[in-house]
Amino acid sequence: MKVYEIKEILDAEVICGEEFMDRDVYTACGSDMMSDVLAYVKEQAVLLSGLVNPQVVRTAEMMDMQCIVFVRGKQPDQGIVDLAKDRDIVLMTTKQPMFASCGMLYEKGLRGGAMK
Amino acid sequence: MSNFKLHFTVPGDDFTRAGEASGSVKKTLKDLGFNPEIVRKVVIALYEAEINLVIHAGGGEIDVEISPECISMVLTDEGPGIPDVALAMKEGYSTAPDNVRSLGFGAGMGLPNIKKYTDEMKIDSTVGVGTTMYLKVYTA
Ligand SMILES: Nc1ncnc2c1ncn2[C@@H]1O[C@H](COP(=O)(O)OP(=O)(O)O)[C@@H](O)[C@H]1O
Ligand SMILES: [Mg+2]
Repeated sequence: MKVYEIKEILDAEVICGEEFMDRDVYTACGSDMMSDVLAYVKEQAVLLSGLVNPQVVRTAEMMDMQCIVFVRGKQPDQGIVDLAKDRDIVLMTTKQPMFASCGMLYEKGLRGGAMK
Repeated sequence: MSNFKLHFTVPGDDFTRAGEASGSVKKTLKDLGFNPEIVRKVVIALYEAEINLVIHAGGGEIDVEISPECISMVLTDEGPGIPDVALAMKEGYSTAPDNVRSLGFGAGMGLPNIKKYTDEMKIDSTVGVGTTMYLKVYTA
């Protein structure tokens, strides 16, 4: 799946990283607990979260993630956006809640990764 | 390649900056050309440990030594110490207050994650004095 397909499927608004919409992504995870995200051993490309703070971007950075989707219309502040821009991470926000967002992406072929 | 040494002071009062040291180590390791899987193991462990310095210990110091064979990390703090290290290592054990949980940490998975991603992990802790954690990740 391409990052721009995520935008379309979730009817999301892209906040930054418009230039990376062509990236390929295969796996995703959804969580508000960053330690749970950090427990994934294999590469996760997309992070869906209802949590909005700089540590969401940091977590994505440590995990080499390509794209963060904030669910339920959450909007990151400028500090968070700057952090993501500096790390070439795409940020988007969707009005959909977490469960629906994950379901829609799963239905279109995006999968979860290994926890080991 | 000669050994690389990095030092960071982690402020204890600014959660938004937690992870700066780990991000900087990540960049250095990438620039030095380490395998991405190794880099990921190092930075996830270091990031969890850095977060712990901020949320449990009021900040601390991080020393990283990078050689072609091994990345060694030492994290030192003068926080409250850990009374029972074996208990603290258990998945789900956490003394973090609710405000930390609402920030996405405090699930009691930090030390287990660190254990999972490192080849060596040792904790020296004295209640009322502080904690030192020694971590190693081998590159081969
Ligand atoms: N540097 C530290 N100083 C004091 N206590 C610590 C430190 N690191 C960890 N701990 C203790 O160990 C517990 C478990 O740590 P961890 O597994 O990272 O979970 P969490 O950080 O989510 O609480 C913490 O809740 C805390 O009581
Ligand atoms: Mg922790």
